[in-house]
Amino acid sequence: MAKGQSAQLDRKKLLADPIMMTTIVLLITFLTLFILYPLAILLVDSLYGSNGLSLDTFKRIFGLWTFRQAITNTLKVGFVVGILSTLIGLLFAYVEVYVRMRKAVGGLFKVVSMLPVVSPPFVLSLSMIMLFGRSGLITRFLLGIYDNNIYGYWGIVIVQTLTFFPVCYMMLKGLLKNIDPSMEEASRDMGASRWKVFTTVTFPLLLPGLGNAFLVTFIESIADFANPMLIGGNYDTLATTIYLQITGAMDKEGAAAMAVVLLCITLAMFAVQKYYLERKTAATLTGKASRARMLIEDKSVTVPLTILCSLAAVFVIMMYICVPIGALFPTWGYKFTPLTFKWFEQVFTRYNGLKAFRDSFVLSLIASPITALLSMIISYLVVKRKFKAKGFIEAVSILAMAVPGTVLGVGYIRGFANGLFHTGLLSGIYGTGLILIIVFVVRSLPTGTRSGISALRQIDKSIEESAYDMGANSLKVFTSVTLPLIKDSFLSGLVTAFVRSITAISAIILLVTPSYLLITVQINEFAEKGAFSIACAFATILIAITYGSVLLMNLIIKFFGTSRKVKEVE
Amino acid sequence: MADKRVKEPKGVKLDHISKIYQDPKTGKDFYAVHDVALDIVPGSFVTLLGPSGCGKTTTLRMIAGFESPDEGEIYLGGEPINALTPNKRDTAMVFQSYALFPHYNVFDNVAYGLRLRKVPKDEIKQRVTDILALVELSGMEQRMTNQLSGGQQQRVALARALVVEPGVLLFDEPLSNLDAKLRVQMRTEIRRIQQALGITAIYVTHDQSEAMSISDQIILMKGGVIAQMGSPTEIYYHPNSEFVADFIGECNFLKGRVASSTFGQTVVQLPTGTAAVNTEKAYAPGAECEIVVRPEAILIADEGMLPCKVELSCFMGSYQNYHVRVGDTLVKITDNCPVNKKIYNVGDNAFISFDPACAHLL
Repeated sequence: MAKGQSAQLDRKKLLADPIMMTTIVLLITFLTLFILYPLAILLVDSLYGSNGLSLDTFKRIFGLWTFRQAITNTLKVGFVVGILSTLIGLLFAYVEVYVRMRKAVGGLFKVVSMLPVVSPPFVLSLSMIMLFGRSGLITRFLLGIYDNNIYGYWGIVIVQTLTFFPVCYMMLKGLLKNIDPSMEEASRDMGASRWKVFTTVTFPLLLPGLGNAFLVTFIESIADFANPMLIGGNYDTLATTIYLQITGAMDKEGAAAMAVVLLCITLAMFAVQKYYLERKTAATLTGKASRARMLIEDKSVTVPLTILCSLAAVFVIMMYICVPIGALFPTWGYKFTPLTFKWFEQVFTRYNGLKAFRDSFVLSLIASPITALLSMIISYLVVKRKFKAKGFIEAVSILAMAVPGTVLGVGYIRGFANGLFHTGLLSGIYGTGLILIIVFVVRSLPTGTRSGISALRQIDKSIEESAYDMGANSLKVFTSVTLPLIKDSFLSGLVTAFVRSITAISAIILLVTPSYLLITVQINEFAEKGAFSIACAFATILIAITYGSVLLMNLIIKFFGTSRKVKEVE
Repeated sequence: MADKRVKEPKGVKLDHISKIYQDPKTGKDFYAVHDVALDIVPGSFVTLLGPSGCGKTTTLRMIAGFESPDEGEIYLGGEPINALTPNKRDTAMVFQSYALFPHYNVFDNVAYGLRLRKVPKDEIKQRVTDILALVELSGMEQRMTNQLSGGQQQRVALARALVVEPGVLLFDEPLSNLDAKLRVQMRTEIRRIQQALGITAIYVTHDQSEAMSISDQIILMKGGVIAQMGSPTEIYYHPNSEFVADFIGECNFLKGRVASSTFGQTVVQLPTGTAAVNTEKAYAPGAECEIVVRPEAILIADEGMLPCKVELSCFMGSYQNYHVRVGDTLVKITDNCPVNKKIYNVGDNAFISFDPACAHLL
C-alpha cells in the first residue's frame, strides 16, 4: 500500500495553480524570515560566540544576580496575576451569566471588557501612579498619605490584574454559556443548594477552562513590558531586564541569551495551554445550552454580587478616566483648577506631537491591511486547502502568539542590524519604517489568524469547493467567495491590527530610531521622566484615535457587512 | 427551452482506482476505496450506493478532483484527468448542503460558472433564464438564497451545475437534507431533467429506494470495494451476496442443501421441507446453499410448502406485516391488500410458499 501516487498528483495539481503556489512560497518566506529566523538567531548567537560553540553566555547571565532575581520576580508576578485575574474574571462571568442584574450593570461590564482592547498597554500604570503614587490624588489628597510607594511588586500585580482580568472574563463567559442548564437543574432537583451546585457541577466542568484562563494570563503577564517598565521601579522582570541589558549595559549577546530563557518559559506554558488545556476545555464543554438559564433572582445573592462587581467595574473605569482628566489639570498633584488645554497644546507645539501621531498613524495604517489580508489568506489556506506546508504555516503563525514582544525585538536587532546571519544582506531594512511595519504585522498576525480561522470554520467547506468545481481558480475562489463571506471578520481584523499596532510598544521600543517618533514610545518616555500631564495628553489622544476607529468599524459593519444575511441562512 | 444540449455527454472510466487514508486513531493506512473499476456510458444515470464509510463519496470526490487516487487512473470522455485540478475538469457537482453562495441572489448563483467562462452577457441571461425555467424557478432570479425553501435551494444548486453543460454531472447525496415527501418529488424531477438533457450523471446516496427509482445502473459498494453492479432489477432480484440482498430492501434467507438441480430449476432441502428455485445454472447436489426471497414474494396460507408459526402480525394499512418462524429461521412476510384475506394472529400455525421464479439461490 503506497500513497505515492496521490501525493504526486496533489503536487502536480498544486504546480498547475501558480497563484496558490506563489502565495504559499511567499508566505513561507515571510514567516521564516520574520518569525523563525529572528528567534533562531537568538539561540545561535547565545550558543555560538567568539570561542565557538559553548554555554558561556548562559553561564554568564545565570551568574548575574539581577537576572536570577528577574526570573523569580517574573514567575511570582505571573503566578499571582494569573490567579487573581482568573478569580475576578470568574466572578464577573458568573454574575453576568447566572445572576439577574440591572441593565446599567450590564453596560458597565461591557465597558470594562472593551477598555483594555482600545487603550495602550500602560494606561493603567499611569493612572495607578497618578492616583496612588507619592503625589497621588487618592493617597495624598484624600487620605493624606505622603510616602505611599506604589512602585514595585504590588504595583505590577494590581495593574496587570486590572489589565488582564477582562480577558479571563470574556473567556469564562463563553464557557459558562455553553454549560447546559439542565445539568445544574438536575443537581438542584436532587436537593443541592446553589453553592453545592456551583462546587459540584459548575466548577468541575469549568476547571480546565479556568486553568486555560490562568495560563493565558500568566503568559500575558510575563510577556508584558510596558507596565513593569513604568510601575516596577527597582522590581525588574525578565522583559525589562532584557530591555535594560540592551539599552543600559549594551550587552547584546547577554540580552539574546536572556530572551531565549524568556521565550522558553512562554513556549512551555503555551504548549501546555494550547495542546492540553484548550483540548480538555473543548472536551468537557462542547454541548450547546439547550435552552435559556433561569437567572438567580434571590436578593441575598444578587445584591452583594452585583454591588461587588459594580464597585470593581467602577474602579477600573475610574482608572481609565483618570488619564484624560489628568491631562486637563494645570499641574498634577499640586494645582487642580482651572482646567486647561495647555498640555494638549504643548503636545503639538513643544513635543512634536503632530509628527508622533503622523508616524504612528501612517505606519499602523500601512501595517493593518497587510496584517488583515495576510491573516485571512493564512486562515483560508489552513482551513480550506490541503497541501504539504500547511502544518508549517499554521504552526508558525500560532507560535508567534507565544513570542513576547521583547524577545521579538531582540531577535530583530540580532537578526537584521548586521544583515541576515551578520552578512550584511538585507541590513538595509534595519532602522527603517519598513521593519517597524513588519513588526506590527508579525505582532498582530496571530490574533487575526485565530479569528479568521474560527470565522472560516463556520462556513461550509463545500461552498468554496463548488466555486472551485465550477471552474474558478484559487484566487477567484478567495476573492469571489471566501472574502465576501468573512467580510466582517476581515474588517474587525483590520481594526484590531490597527489598534494593536498603534498601541504597541514592547518590540517597537527596541527597534525605533530617532527618525521615527511613535506615540507609545513618547508616552513611555514622558511617564518615566515624571511628566504625567503631558503623558496623559498623549495617551488621551491615542485612546480617542483607537476608540474612534473601533466605532467606525462597527458602523461600517452595520451598513456594509454581509454576514448578517449569511448568518440567517445557517 | 433548452431541451437538447449542444454538448455531447461524456463517459467516465475508473481504471482500477484506489484511495488510501490514515486512520486518525491508530495511525494505520487503510483503503477507503480499493480497486474500483467502472465504465460509465455517456448519457446514463449511475448511482453509487452503500452504507456510510463504504467509499462512495470518496470515489465521487476523486472524479471531481478534490481527492487524488493513490492507484489507477480516471478518464473523462476518454482523456486521463488524474492531474487536473477540479476547476479544469468538465464536471459539475451538486453538494449535499447545496453550497449556494449566500452573498449572491439566485441569478448570480446560477450565472457564476458562465461568468467564469467569459460567456457574453446576453447569452448568460438567456441560458440562466432557460435553465431556471427547466427547474421551475422562473421569476425567482432576484431572491436571496436564504429566502428559498430547502427544495428551491436544491433546484438552484441543480440549475447552477446544469447551466455550464458539464460533461458529467455529480451528485453528492443531494436530497438528504429534504423531508421525505419532497425527497420523492425531487428525485423524480432530477431523473426527468437528466433524461431531457441526455446528460451523464453520477449520483451518490445511501438510500436504496432513491437509487432504485432513478438509476440506469447501481453500483453497490461496501468497505471500499464494489459489492455488485447492475440495473436496479438485476440487483433486486439477483443479489450476489447476503449483504447486497439485505441492503437493497428487506430479504429472507433460508439455509439448506441442494437436493437436485438442473439448468432452470434447483430443489433445495430445508430442515422443515423442500422448496424449488429457478436457477440459471446447475448446482452440485448436497452443496450448502441459501434461498433469497423477498417478503412480498411469500404467501401465507392454511396450506403450502413449509409449515410456520406466526410471531408477529401487524396491520400497516396497505399491507399486513408478519414475522413467522420456519424451523429456526425468522421469515418476514408482506401480505399486500389484506382487506378480504384471512388474517393470522400471533401463535397461529400456517404454511408459507413462494413462486420459484421470485426466489434466488446464493
